[in-house]
Amino acid sequence: MLAFASLLFLVGIMVVLFLNGLPIFKETGVFNFLFGRNWYPTYDPPEFGILPLALASLMVTFGALLVCVPLGVGSALYLNELAGPRQKAFLKPIIEIIAGVPSIVFGFFGMLIVAPMVQKIFNLPVGFTAFTGSIILGIMAVPTVCSISEDALSYVPKSFREASLALGANRWQTLIKVVIPAAGSGISTGIILGMSRAVGETMTVLMVTGGAAVMPKSFFIPVRPMTSTIAAEMGEAVVGSSHFHALFGIGLVLFVITLIFNIIAEMISRRFRVKLGLGR
Amino acid sequence: MDKNNIRMKCEKVNFYYGRKRALDDINLDIYKNSVTAIIGPSGCGKSTLIRLYNRMNDLIPRTRLEGKIFLDDKNIYDIGSDVVEIRRKVGMVFQKPNPFPKTIFENISYGLEVNGEKDKTFINDRVISSLKKAALWCEVKDRLHDSALQLSGGQQQRLCIARCLAVEPEVILFDEPCASLDPISTQKIEELILELKKTYTIIIVTHNMQQAARVSDFTAFLYIGKLVEFGTTEKLFTVPKEKLTEEYLTGKFG
Repeated sequence: MLAFASLLFLVGIMVVLFLNGLPIFKETGVFNFLFGRNWYPTYDPPEFGILPLALASLMVTFGALLVCVPLGVGSALYLNELAGPRQKAFLKPIIEIIAGVPSIVFGFFGMLIVAPMVQKIFNLPVGFTAFTGSIILGIMAVPTVCSISEDALSYVPKSFREASLALGANRWQTLIKVVIPAAGSGISTGIILGMSRAVGETMTVLMVTGGAAVMPKSFFIPVRPMTSTIAAEMGEAVVGSSHFHALFGIGLVLFVITLIFNIIAEMISRRFRVKLGLGR
Repeated sequence: MDKNNIRMKCEKVNFYYGRKRALDDINLDIYKNSVTAIIGPSGCGKSTLIRLYNRMNDLIPRTRLEGKIFLDDKNIYDIGSDVVEIRRKVGMVFQKPNPFPKTIFENISYGLEVNGEKDKTFINDRVISSLKKAALWCEVKDRLHDSALQLSGGQQQRLCIARCLAVEPEVILFDEPCASLDPISTQKIEELILELKKTYTIIIVTHNMQQAARVSDFTAFLYIGKLVEFGTTEKLFTVPKEKLTEEYLTGKFG
């Protein structure tokens, strides 16, 4: 019964998103909305091109990926291969606690510590940049990537490892050629879920990326990803106006993106289970 | 039992899991180009013992070995001895077929690649010859690049044997290789073992006494971590010296 309740919520959310978001596609045209280079919602006439916002989201997500993949997969490998059972019992919960830290706290951390550091190190006029956002989002996604990758690594049957070692492979070769490929799909699932977390994150990026809705030309300028645009402007958009619908349109785009990420992750993890003979 | 023909040898071997002693003062000689079967009831230490010959038990935390195990005249547990080298010389086929989730070809080429072989033609030839030696070639020659996991259990086990042969070991350890196989696959593996002993020294753990009688030249009977009796299979099965051996062979316990 309760499971159906969540289905109901999902349908409800989709209906609201589509009802309020679709009018803007009709008004400006799908192409102009998705690929318009100017986001001037309060000008007269207003312009609703979300390309700068989408690119900002893309950049920040990509940047976050560069942070969370090495950190997350690296810690998963460490936990699985090198850490003893005691160390693992201690470290894994700690990494998972990071997932429980409210995003606004990460925002504070970013504003007070990371942004000034970025400003100083790279000698920038402001520290609130796509780069800063990438770092914070990357750290936030580490627990997702690490935890799922670690599970995938520990699902690799011990017999694969034994078979490899018995053939005279050393530990490193076994890890690179047998264990990681066998866990590969699980690791990629973790990375994709980490990415969808980064794409959808709002509060942190609102606080640390600077919020300039311009075409992002580099990692070291303020940008405004899609999520923070909605959060920042929803309060001032008149209900039922084009601006209002445009914000919902952004929400719709985000919804579709995370949906795609999740479907890909699900597909990969299914293939992985079949490959290891764990059944569906 | 010519002393000059000894290939591997346990000397006063004790083995512990934590504080629990699993093997108790084992002295056992393994002869060249012969099949030595290790038999005994479940939990007697057969698998523990066979996994000592290629240092596979190194992977299990909190275990300890006392005594020496020789390959020719070198103690494989000497500090500074090369585990990788030992495992290449002493190959192993496991209880449950464990092919890698790779193609049939890759499963066999793997051992060559990790040992530094780069020559494509050489690898190719070796894959084919190993599959032939493992009596699997005819069944898989048209699908070398399909996943190994599509093979039947018996074929997978022969693939594991081929994979082991590809690195040209000197000794091959079989840890209950037929435990999860049907009678026909079992028969094929047994025929294979008889064929392989011409070239290799073989140790096989089995809890199937008929299998030990069929394939082995020597048999060691283990009971609760102790080596009760060792001798030629013919003698051990027909005129056992120990009462315990006789009772086990006649099915009084097991």
